[in-house]
Amino acid sequence: MEQLFFYIFAFAAVISAILVISVRNPVHSAFFLIVTFMQVAAIFILLRSPFLAAVQVFVYVGAVMVLFLFAVLVLDMGKETMKEHLHGQSIPAGVMAVILFLLMCYMVVKGRIVANPGSYGEAALVNNTEVIGRELYTRFIYPFEIVSLILLVALVGAIALVMQSKGKEQGK
Amino acid sequence: MIIPYLGVLIIVGLVGFMGVMSFFASFIMRPRNPYAEKLTPWECGMEPVGEANAGHFRVHYFIIAILFIVFDVETLFLFPWATLLTDKGLSGFIFIEMIVFVAILAIGFIYAWVKGALEWV
Amino acid sequence: MIFNNAAIMQTLNVNLNAVAPVALMTVLAIVLMVIDFFLKRENKFSLGIVTLIGLVLILPVAATTVDPAPAFGGMVIADAYAAFFNVVFIIAAIFAVVISNDYLRKISSERGEYYYIIIFATIGMMVMASANDLVNLYVGLELMSLSFYILVAMRRSATGAEGALKYFILGAFSSGILLYGITFTYGFAGTTNLTEIARMGVNLSSANHYLLIAIIMLVAGFAFKIAAFPFHLWSPDAYEGAPTPVTALLSVGSKAAAFAFFLRFFGGAFHEFHAHWAGLLWILSAATMLVGATVAIQQKNIVRMLAYSSIAHAGIILIGVVVMNGFASAGVMFYMFVYAFMNMGAFTVVALMARNDGTGKSISDYKGLAGRRPVLAFVMALFLLSLAGIPPTGGFTAKFFILASAIEARYYWLAAIGVISTVISLFFYAKVIFYMYMKEPDALDDMAPVTQAPSTLAYNIIIFITAVSTMVLGLCPTPVMDMAIAAVSHL
Repeated sequence: MEQLFFYIFAFAAVISAILVISVRNPVHSAFFLIVTFMQVAAIFILLRSPFLAAVQVFVYVGAVMVLFLFAVLVLDMGKETMKEHLHGQSIPAGVMAVILFLLMCYMVVKGRIVANPGSYGEAALVNNTEVIGRELYTRFIYPFEIVSLILLVALVGAIALVMQSKGKEQGK
Repeated sequence: MIIPYLGVLIIVGLVGFMGVMSFFASFIMRPRNPYAEKLTPWECGMEPVGEANAGHFRVHYFIIAILFIVFDVETLFLFPWATLLTDKGLSGFIFIEMIVFVAILAIGFIYAWVKGALEWV
Repeated sequence: MIFNNAAIMQTLNVNLNAVAPVALMTVLAIVLMVIDFFLKRENKFSLGIVTLIGLVLILPVAATTVDPAPAFGGMVIADAYAAFFNVVFIIAAIFAVVISNDYLRKISSERGEYYYIIIFATIGMMVMASANDLVNLYVGLELMSLSFYILVAMRRSATGAEGALKYFILGAFSSGILLYGITFTYGFAGTTNLTEIARMGVNLSSANHYLLIAIIMLVAGFAFKIAAFPFHLWSPDAYEGAPTPVTALLSVGSKAAAFAFFLRFFGGAFHEFHAHWAGLLWILSAATMLVGATVAIQQKNIVRMLAYSSIAHAGIILIGVVVMNGFASAGVMFYMFVYAFMNMGAFTVVALMARNDGTGKSISDYKGLAGRRPVLAFVMALFLLSLAGIPPTGGFTAKFFILASAIEARYYWLAAIGVISTVISLFFYAKVIFYMYMKEPDALDDMAPVTQAPSTLAYNIIIFITAVSTMVLGLCPTPVMDMAIAAVSHL
C-alpha cells in the first residue's frame, strides 16, 4: 500500500519536474515546481520525516516560490529570453546527465549508499520531530542562536542593498 | 504512523478537485456571446502596448518576499520547539533560548520598519 | 528524560564565559543597529567611531578568554588557539573600520549598515575559530560569507556588481559542496563533533568510501574560502569590485578563519587520515603557489595584483597544513598574524591612493610616488617587501617558519616550490617599487593630488601601526611564535 503511494508521488514528481523545464512560460514552470515540491513533501512523510515535509512545504512551496514568482515578475522576462541558449553545450551536457543518471542507478541498485542512523533506534525515529527538537535545543543551542544572526544579516542585507538603489532613484 | 497523514492527502486532493471544478463549472454555466469590443482588455481608453509581465512590478515586492522567507524560516524553528514544551525539565531552558532567538530577529523587524521597507508608497 | 535546568546547564556545560567575545560582539552589533535608527545620513561616520571603541574594548576580552573545556555540549572550544585567531580577526576588523570612514565618503556610500555587517562578518569568523563541530563551522562560515556578499556589493558600480555576483554564486555553490562533505562525514562517523571523530578515528575503517568523498568535498569547500588554485577565480573580481577596506578584511579575515578551522579539523579530527588528505592538499598547495605568483605578474591593477599575491600566500600557508605538526601549525598561526598587518598596511595605502571617482588603483598611478610622498612610498615598499618575504621584515620570518617546518618534515619538493613561488613573486612586488622610485609620474597625475581625503590622520595611524608591527615581527618574532606554539600544544 505504501509502495503504491510512493510510486504515485514519485511518478507525479518526475512528470512535473520534466514539465518545469519544458514549458515556455516561466510562471507555468514555477507552478509545476510547486507541484514537484508538494510531491517531494509527500514522499518525506512516507519516509517518516514529517518535520522535513513541513520544512519542504513552508520554505520551498511557500517562501522560495514566492521569491521565484516575484523575480519572474520584477525582472523583464519576456518569452524570448526564456529560450534556451545552449549553443554547443547540449551534447556534453546530455552526456554528463546520462553518466550521472547511470552512476546513481548503480549506487541505488548496488545499495552502496547506506548510513547508520546514529545513536537513535527505529522507535525514537518515529517521533522524530521531537528528537530533532531535543537535539537542536540542547546540544545544538549555540549554532541555533547563531542562525538567528544569519537570518538577521540576510534581512539587513536585502533591505540595505535594495533600498540603496531606491534612494538613488529618488535622488535623481 | 502515516495513517493520520492520509487525512491531509485527502484534503489536498479535495481542495485541488474543488479548485479545478469551480473553473470547470463556470466554464459550463457562463453565458457565451463574444464580440470584438468585449474581448479588448479595456472597453474604453487606450489600447495597451507590450506585455503585462514586462517588468512593471516594483522591486518592493521583492523585499517583502525576502522578509517573508526570513520570518518563515524563523517560524519553522518553532515546530520542534513546541513539541518539547511539555517536557517540564526542559521547558524553562528552551523557552529562554527561543526568546533570545526571537528577540534578535525582532531587531531585524524593527530595522525593516525604521528603514521604511514595510511602507508602501 | 527528565531534566531540571541546573542539570542541563551541567551536562551541556552552558558556559557563557567561553562565548563572551562572540556575545559581546553581538551586543555591539545590535547597539550599532539601534544607534543607526536615530542617525541622520550626515552623521553616519559617528557609527564608525562607536564601532571602533567597541572593538578596542572587546579586544582584551577576546585575548584573555581561554577556557579549554568544550562548552555547549562540546560544540565550542574557547582555547588559546581560538583566542589567538580572535585577536587576528578583531585587529583586522579594527583596521578595516578605521580606514572605512573616509573611504565610504570617497565613494559617497555612507551607510550605517556597513559597520554592523563588518561586525557580523567578524562574529562569523570567531565562531569558526572556536568551532568544535562541523555544524558550528557551517553556521559560522555562512554568517561570515553572507556578510561579505553584502559588503562586496556595497559599492554600486559595474565592477562591484560583477564581483559580488561571482562571489555570491560561487560562494553559495562551494558552501553547498562543503555541506555535502559534512553530511558524508556524518555518514561514516555518525557524528559531526570533532572530538568524537578524533576519538573513534582509529576504529573507523580507513578504506571507507565515505571518507574519501568527505575529504574531497571538505577540501573543495575549504579551498574556495582560501582561494586556492582551481577555486580562486572569484577572488580577483570580488577584491576589485569591493570597497578597498572590505577587500582588506576579506583577504585577511576570511582566509584566517578558514585556516583556523581547518587546521583544527585536519590536525585534530582527521589526523588519523593524514595519508588520505595530505596528498590532495600537497597538489593544491603547489598549484596555488605557482599559479598565484605567475598570474600576478601580468596584472595592471594593484588590487588584482594583491589578490593574486594573496592567492600565492594561501598556497604557502597550505604547506603548513600539509606538514601538520606542532611547529608547522604554529607557523601557520604566525603567518596569519603577520599577514594581517602587512596586507592590511598595503591595502590601506591602496585605499589612500584611490581617488573619488574610483580611479587611482592602477599600478601606473604609483609612478614617481617617492618624489611626491616619500614616506608613503617608503612604507608601501616596506609592505611589498614584507609580502615578498625579504628580511628583516615579518613576511620573511613567517615564510621562513613555514618552509623550515616543511624541510624538517622532509617535504623537500613542496619547500622548493615555495621558494620558486617566492622568487617569481619578487617580480611583481619589485615592479611597483620600481615604478614608485625609478619612474617619472605621468603628466596627468601631477595635476591630481594624491588624495583629497580631509582626514589623512586615520590612514596615517593605521599605516604607522602596521608598518611598525611588520618590522617588529620580523626583528623579534619570538614572543608571538611562543604564544602560537603554546596555543597549538593544546590542540
